[in-house]
Amino acid sequence: MALRRFDIEAGGDRFAFKPETEEKIAFWRGKYPADKQRSAVIPLLWLAQKDNAGWLSEPAMREVADRLEMPYIRVYEVATFYTMFRLQPVGKHHVQLCGTTPCQLRGSEGLKEVCKKEIGKPMYVTDDQRLSWEEVECLGACVNAPMVQINDDYYEDLTPESLSAILGRLRNGVDVAPGPQIDRVNSAPEGGTTVLTEPSLFDGSRNKVAALPNLPQPPAPQPTPEATGKPEVKGPTNVHREEPAKVNDRAEPVKPEEARASAFDDLKRINGVGPKYEQMLNDMGVTQYAHMAAWSQAKVDEVEKLLGFNDRIDREKWVAQAQLLAAGKFDEHDREYGRGKD
Amino acid sequence: MLQDKDRIFTNLYGLHSPDLEAAKRRGAWHLTKEMLDLGPDWLCDQIKASGLRGRGGAGFPTGLKWTFMPKEVRDRPHYLVVNADESEPGTCKDREIMRHDPHLLIEGCMVASRAMRAHKCYVYIRGEYIAERHALEKAVREAYEAKLIGQNNVNGWDFDLYVHHGAGAYICGEETALLESLEGKKGQPRLKPPFPANAGLYGCPTTVNNVESIAVVPTILRRGAQWFAGFGRPNNAGTKLFCISGHVNKPCNVEEEMSITFRELIETHCGGIRGGWENLKAVIPGGSSVPMVPAEQIMDAYMDFDTLRDLKSGLGTAAVIVMDKQTDLIKAIARLAYFYKHESCGQCTPCREGTGWMWRVLERMVKGEATHDEIDTLLEVTKQVEGHTICALGDAAAWPIQGLIRHFRHEIEERINRYRQPRAFVQGSVIAAE
Amino acid sequence: MSDTFKLNIDGQEVEVPKSYTLMQACEEVGAEIPRFCYHERLSVAGNCRMCLVEWEGAPKPIASCAEIVGNMRPNKDGSAPIIRTKGAYVEKARNGVMEFLLINHPLDCPICDQGGECDLQDQAVAYGRADSRYDENKRAVEDKNMGPLVKTIMTRCIQCTRCVRFVAEVAGVEEIGMISRGESAEITTYLEKSLTSELSGNVIDLCPVGALTSKPYAFNARPWELRKTSSIDVMDAMGAAIRVDAKGDAVMRILPETSEDVNEEWLSDKSRFVWDGLARQRLDRPYVRQNGKLHAVTWPEALDAVKAALSVNADEIGVVAGDLIEAEQAKAALDFFSGLGVKSTDCRPAGAQYGTSGVREHYLLNPTLAGVEESDALLLIGANPRIEAAVWNARIRKSWLWGNLKVAVIGEAADLTYPYDHLGTSPDALTSAAVVEFFKGAKRPMVVVGEAAVCRADGAAILAAALKLAQDTGAIAEGWAGYGMLHTAAGRVGALDLGFLPAEGGKATADILGSGLKTVVLLGADEVDLSKLGAAKVIYVGSHGDAGASRADVVLPCAAYTELSATYVNTEGRVQMTTRAVQPKGEAREGWAIFRALSAVMGKALSYDTADDLRAVLRGKAGENTPFSGRGYAPGAKGVAALSATLPAGGASLGSQPFKRAVADFYLTNPIARASRTMAECSALATSLDTAVAAE
Repeated sequence: MALRRFDIEAGGDRFAFKPETEEKIAFWRGKYPADKQRSAVIPLLWLAQKDNAGWLSEPAMREVADRLEMPYIRVYEVATFYTMFRLQPVGKHHVQLCGTTPCQLRGSEGLKEVCKKEIGKPMYVTDDQRLSWEEVECLGACVNAPMVQINDDYYEDLTPESLSAILGRLRNGVDVAPGPQIDRVNSAPEGGTTVLTEPSLFDGSRNKVAALPNLPQPPAPQPTPEATGKPEVKGPTNVHREEPAKVNDRAEPVKPEEARASAFDDLKRINGVGPKYEQMLNDMGVTQYAHMAAWSQAKVDEVEKLLGFNDRIDREKWVAQAQLLAAGKFDEHDREYGRGKD
Repeated sequence: MLQDKDRIFTNLYGLHSPDLEAAKRRGAWHLTKEMLDLGPDWLCDQIKASGLRGRGGAGFPTGLKWTFMPKEVRDRPHYLVVNADESEPGTCKDREIMRHDPHLLIEGCMVASRAMRAHKCYVYIRGEYIAERHALEKAVREAYEAKLIGQNNVNGWDFDLYVHHGAGAYICGEETALLESLEGKKGQPRLKPPFPANAGLYGCPTTVNNVESIAVVPTILRRGAQWFAGFGRPNNAGTKLFCISGHVNKPCNVEEEMSITFRELIETHCGGIRGGWENLKAVIPGGSSVPMVPAEQIMDAYMDFDTLRDLKSGLGTAAVIVMDKQTDLIKAIARLAYFYKHESCGQCTPCREGTGWMWRVLERMVKGEATHDEIDTLLEVTKQVEGHTICALGDAAAWPIQGLIRHFRHEIEERINRYRQPRAFVQGSVIAAE
Repeated sequence: MSDTFKLNIDGQEVEVPKSYTLMQACEEVGAEIPRFCYHERLSVAGNCRMCLVEWEGAPKPIASCAEIVGNMRPNKDGSAPIIRTKGAYVEKARNGVMEFLLINHPLDCPICDQGGECDLQDQAVAYGRADSRYDENKRAVEDKNMGPLVKTIMTRCIQCTRCVRFVAEVAGVEEIGMISRGESAEITTYLEKSLTSELSGNVIDLCPVGALTSKPYAFNARPWELRKTSSIDVMDAMGAAIRVDAKGDAVMRILPETSEDVNEEWLSDKSRFVWDGLARQRLDRPYVRQNGKLHAVTWPEALDAVKAALSVNADEIGVVAGDLIEAEQAKAALDFFSGLGVKSTDCRPAGAQYGTSGVREHYLLNPTLAGVEESDALLLIGANPRIEAAVWNARIRKSWLWGNLKVAVIGEAADLTYPYDHLGTSPDALTSAAVVEFFKGAKRPMVVVGEAAVCRADGAAILAAALKLAQDTGAIAEGWAGYGMLHTAAGRVGALDLGFLPAEGGKATADILGSGLKTVVLLGADEVDLSKLGAAKVIYVGSHGDAGASRADVVLPCAAYTELSATYVNTEGRVQMTTRAVQPKGEAREGWAIFRALSAVMGKALSYDTADDLRAVLRGKAGENTPFSGRGYAPGAKGVAALSATLPAGGASLGSQPFKRAVADFYLTNPIARASRTMAECSALATSLDTAVAAE
């Protein structure tokens, strides 16, 4: 990206938000905790740009910094980092032309020629102050390529002719409806969609279901299908697809700690596990010594995180304790680690 | 083909009203309280069981990600941050959710927040999506007014949702850069660890999820994890929004089953390849960051995580960029290289310096103004960037170029030869002897 | 599990604390890790990617500066993770990063002031490739203004952001930032405004390349031509460790040295850039005033003139020692004048109400400079450390930022770069409930009184109240002496330690200068009010032609602090020595030697003939414990016993007159600084900034 500097001269030395903007400022500031008001810097700079004829002047930037009690340099960094802040004057209608590959593939280069011909060099403001343009990166409307954004609005599915017509109308003060400029609705395929035609989707029949599926069964001795990670196999609708020969091992099938166990061990016997942690472990599905004995380091880490520990499991050797207990070596465990207290 | 009854985003094209009432008729906000009442463990288990993988590009299992949040809220509040900074070239799916089905997203935010014990959620929407932001804000207002969200709402879980916006920076789609940006700084990715689940927004436990990942959650819960898991091949579950752009007859967004074949996707929804299937040259199947796949490999491939990974590419955001035989592939990739140079945050050395280098070399290669050994140099430079940076933007900048050289090196060589031809003719044997 | 973690680095097993970074762990086994952005006193940025190492099994090379050992995991079999800092894999990674750093670096080393001491240059030799594969145009970046001290050649910048982090974290003024993004990213101040920090020069040391260099030093010398002498700074009472780089007879630059207890590795701009003042306005030969004008004379003539001036009643003679006086000169002068029977000797500013209790701890900074990092509540009374001890101020900030220190101020509400509770502007606030409230719950309270705060009528009361406050809040406890004075003058504590105070019946500074004495001797005393000297004969001993010399009737030139090895005691009571880096100017002599010579002329020869003899006297006899017995350490908590008693409060009670600032202009506090053009420029700039603010 090119070097971005304030047009100091054009910016003058004063800026004030419009009175009606104050409400918006309050709205944005209200979204962030009182001691994190700095979060509002991008929205406020954007409002300042709106109140300053579409570009951000240096006094406008300072006004935002002062309001948020931020050092100027920090706001300056933000203003120069984000490309939607334009640091020099633009026309009344500023065209941002997407030039990234998806638009390029569908003819954005032709649109660029139109802009050059009808407006001039990038960031040049026409003499009537009405138009200016620049090339920007992907605007996220790729299925409607090529497209431009003019001020707040997207104009999609353009051709050089339609863009030229749009620019002509804007120059003459005539509004143009945004959106696709060909026969299509939003991102639906040209000429209309063949999907989403089923009336029952829209008549409220989806709300007929009275209860959620998969409600937790009170004490379920057997692993329920969804808890195993192996959903009931439903034939794929795509017929000419080969079925994988083996169950994909990345699907993480039954891990001991995820299955509902029928028997509960007294995890409190592990020195370091109290009733509270036993409950939390049980909640995670860890109910037996064997479950803990099989923990990998990664699992230990995960559990540490969940219990809010910092290395406690390693420090207190829970896994080693569980291994002894799982092997039935209770005495040895108690000798080595001491019997956990209830 | 996915049947209409199994579609989650029933107002994808905005043919109906996005308002609360219409959204409710389409099934949103149904049984929400019941879901919330079942608590975090059930919610996480269900989403784990559904096989939902993150829709933002990396494909990390969503339910598992949620469980990384601390089990208890201590001195720091938990946050859900929704990544709506949709900027990956080729991708325009979240936009449709936000402007046409915003209530699915809001409901999803609430449910996901419950699952991670958060009472606050920020949706970070890219700055250019102004209309989409207004649509989302309107829906949020509706939800507040209907007491669906907010303090003491009818769903019984205090929940505030705030829409935040960016101002033009692709890098803010990286989760830690997004958090930096949300904190009012430049969007420069953070060093990890600490991961957001430990120290994210304002130093608090935070999970960052993509819009689509969150918006599908309520429907999955309403219809059952096994329903969602039933689509697609194992480990590639669910339905997915595909964005098909480039050289197809009718580019569009569509919700389809995972693991649909490329051919079926294009034939069913996009009216085929421009100039017929014979005319297909290459496809970037998952947004600009994944390497391209040549026609013969992609035509009948499944569009899912594992298949495309095996093709040395990726499903990414399921943004399918189709390129026909009239495409100048070198130019197309050079333009992507420019994109990454433009969007590099400048923080770490390999990306800051490497993206500009790669772009400049490619621009010369578009004209053929290069030498054959520069192709190897370029490839080596991509390897010097890949894996050496703080965030994944370096990798994303390197992969498309690697894909180009892997599959279409001969085109670059031909271009170079053609550029040098006149000189070869004049100097005759001297050049030929080289 | 323990707090340490086992690693296998380059085949060596090593066990390090979990708080270590991988880089520190690697250094533990002696591995050399190249780096640009990493600096141990700044936050970790991890952006240069030069410190990559191999972690066996990891998919990517690891940035060792950002990897906390505690976050690492042992191998699956429980053995220590294998780290390699050498080998083809690591070399390739570093080689790649180095290439990226160099493609847009100008390689203008022959004209770069950093040449010879450049990290990039050194590491390019060690880790870079021999040729360049980059055929495109190199990026050019416009130079930026950062003020009179820091010169910028921004094309050389490698965006390591050390300077950005330094000013934000250490200096506490957010004035440097990286604007724009990607390869267009540039380091700059806001719209190229000058830096306003007193510590700005440190970014020059921090910059690993030649992007930020010293403006006054530009093109003056190459590092390998310089004679480097470790010494001590005298611009404030901290006594920062410095290195004086000289070429021939001239000091070319001054750099900080590392002294963890005093200045860590920072240096204030005054200490760093004052050196051009050492070559200007120098008194290089003796002068005697004849017919209203100073005329150069020989030393014997000058000493005769002094003898004449001193041939009055000893009660008619007064001696004032200035801010920069070294202990040797003070001792020799004191011995000499005591021998003459002179009682009016003083080393303190006019109006001073301290130093006479006979207890050293009453005027030392007992908690020590480094001690602020242990403190959790600091009350500053009439002190502005940002101006009076700029480097210490950064340490206070550090303790506030990274530790759990809170600060309160009674006095002028200045910008100290950290927030504080402002509990009042005048002494009477000392007894307010807010003060008690502030210290509530503090485990290591710290009460610091500025020197200027006790140079007023109610000074003794302030000092007594401060000490009482310290005692009441538990600041004086086993192992913690949380009461102290912050001095501003390098020579003060040493002179006080020698008893350079009015003898029984003698006058103090204000009276020496203002009560019509016949002869007044100024030992480099230029900061005092000379307007009431009347018809007194003035003898000035000093290094620079400043206020004192221009009023003097006899001028005796002496060496400045870079020109002699001399003893200074800093505000903590730490005895340190300067080292001679260059010869004294012209006929100037070391201060003590002047009085030795004078004593011979007066027929009362002092007992020592060499500086070493003199220092032996200072140190005292074997087994005797004087402040000068040991060198290099601060007494610190040893003062607890002495501080347990109360201080007499004097006649006046705590007043309501606001505290005044001790230092009017940070950049112009002494004759050397006033002779410096660089300091004049800085001062003008700072003043203009102040005025601009006031006018708004």
